[in-house]
Amino acid sequence: MLSVEGLHAAYGRIEALDGVDLEVKQGEIMSLVGANGAGKTTLLMSICGAPIVTAGRIVLDGEDLAGVPMHEIIRRGVGHVPEGRHIFPRMTVLENLRMGGYAVDPKHFSADLERVLALFPRLKDRLSQRGGTLSGGEQQMLAIARALIGRPRLLLLDEPSLGLAPLIALQLFQAILGINRDEKLTVLLIEQNAYQALKLADRACIMVNGKITLRGTGAELLANPAVQAAYLEGAA
Amino acid sequence: MAAADRQRPPFVAMLRDSALAAVVAALLAVPLLGVRLVDNAGGLTLDYRLPLVLYAAAAVFAGRLLLSLAGHFLAPSFRDMTVSLPRMPRNSLIIVGWVLVAAAVLLPWMPFAERNLVDKLTLILIYVMLGWGLNIVVGLAGLLDLGYVAFYAIGAYAYALLSMHFGLSFWICLPLAGLMAALFGVALGFPVLRLRGDYLAIVTLGFGEIIRVVLLNWQAVTNGPNGITGIERPTLFGLSFSRAADGPTFAGFFGIEFSPVHRVYFLYYLILALALMTTLFAQRIRRLPTGRAWEALREDEIACRSLGMNPVTVKLSAFAIGASFAGLAGSFFATRQGFISPESFSFIESATILAIVVLGGMGSQIGIVLAAVLLVGLPEWFRDLSEYRMLVFGGAMVLIMLWRPQGLLSRREPTILLDPKPASAGATVP
Repeated sequence: MLSVEGLHAAYGRIEALDGVDLEVKQGEIMSLVGANGAGKTTLLMSICGAPIVTAGRIVLDGEDLAGVPMHEIIRRGVGHVPEGRHIFPRMTVLENLRMGGYAVDPKHFSADLERVLALFPRLKDRLSQRGGTLSGGEQQMLAIARALIGRPRLLLLDEPSLGLAPLIALQLFQAILGINRDEKLTVLLIEQNAYQALKLADRACIMVNGKITLRGTGAELLANPAVQAAYLEGAA
Repeated sequence: MAAADRQRPPFVAMLRDSALAAVVAALLAVPLLGVRLVDNAGGLTLDYRLPLVLYAAAAVFAGRLLLSLAGHFLAPSFRDMTVSLPRMPRNSLIIVGWVLVAAAVLLPWMPFAERNLVDKLTLILIYVMLGWGLNIVVGLAGLLDLGYVAFYAIGAYAYALLSMHFGLSFWICLPLAGLMAALFGVALGFPVLRLRGDYLAIVTLGFGEIIRVVLLNWQAVTNGPNGITGIERPTLFGLSFSRAADGPTFAGFFGIEFSPVHRVYFLYYLILALALMTTLFAQRIRRLPTGRAWEALREDEIACRSLGMNPVTVKLSAFAIGASFAGLAGSFFATRQGFISPESFSFIESATILAIVVLGGMGSQIGIVLAAVLLVGLPEWFRDLSEYRMLVFGGAMVLIMLWRPQGLLSRREPTILLDPKPASAGATVP
């Protein structure tokens, strides 16, 4: 569905991606695990059309995304949940969700709203509350729900567990798994929480210094001694 | 501030603070008050007035001390000075709004209404309309615009020039002036798309000045500093408000005695209608995708991009629509005055309009009315205070920012509500 070939990206003269190849297949959860500064978010932003790509190709459903602006990429069915939630704090939860449908036909909204509220029942009680008054976990749920209202075929999640209590993060990952299984939604997940991300993933990659160093199924990587030493020490 | 500090008044610190303020005041007062040039027969001599410097320092010392003491005893800290208004039920603001509209419509018929009052209200309504228009740009879209008066000027000159050269009537020129201002809004919008906050404010400030300087220097078109005189007055369906005109006159048509007051009242209702149109438009568009996108862009641009919004079109539309209302107000201004010159479109106008929006509480329609009455109306009524006017004005602004830093009325109403139960669970977020 999405393929990234030989991608290089740079912020000025600082190279952030150094030849990344990545393939996300229809219906799978692909996890991308790496430390801070490995280039995960840069890769995601490049997929979303940030003008930092210096070489390589990004192809979505057979179409090259070179030069396509971000709002157009989103309209082609990519849902993006940015790092750090970025909900609209002064708007109510309902308004936030309504904004999620900005780029889609409004006739879908009421059905989609019910769908995401079934997925995150916590939001149902909070509909008329302002986004900024939600807890971190609820805000992340809102951010994901908002992206889902946009009817994506591919969902890009940038560190959804950032700053969340382990139990809340676990619920969130379960919800992501649920969306993937029930709605056949393709997910590209970026995480530092390696254990959860690998456990969830159909396939996964480890990223170090702008390169993908290891690939495999989630289970394979979980069992890999190098991965365990680098990312899973003390976990599980 | 620690709790211990509150129990025992820190008099020493207060005295030291007041003394410091007095020293600063004395230093400032030496050149401002202490020395005066006297024009003697033999030439200019300096007259030293040191007692005045001491008075000034003493006044500042006493004032500062009193303020500290008042701050200590009356309000535990200045942070606690902010007052929160009681939460009014959602509908009450709407009712207040309609009552205000009804009052504005009926006012000229009241026994106490006279020409002077209606004239002043017309002036206030111009600023209300400008405030509502700027509120679209600043309050909804969050684009800090310090050059809003430029669009006001463009509207005014657009009407004056179109009417002068092509003999077009006010009613034809009005939409054209709005359109013209909107075009300039887009023209300004393009170069500033990447800017936000302070940077945007500086560029828009520059834009406002450019327009004014062009009006001032483009003699051939704008007649420079002399301005344009004899701008045509508006008519009511072709009825003129003059004593004698080529066409039918208002007084003649209705068979009433001519009175210059008729035009004053007509202008009042005209600006009232224009202003109401502005606010109704703003209320309506908040509930439409365009308006919601403006608000979302103000809240979080990254999120907006993630939702497939094109910030370019959203920002440009805010600039264009905000500007077009200033253009409408501008052509009203031109037709009311009958004379315009670049002098009327200086930076202080932009600052006043922005102050109205900020003071009213960004995004609040009724707050802007209140603020316009305070900032435009009160100085008009208190003209007798002459030079103290600005002092009072400044002092009032400081007090209001201490008490209500978020503006007079700043609660944001949700644009969509759940059908059955009213939205009441929302806690206020500053």
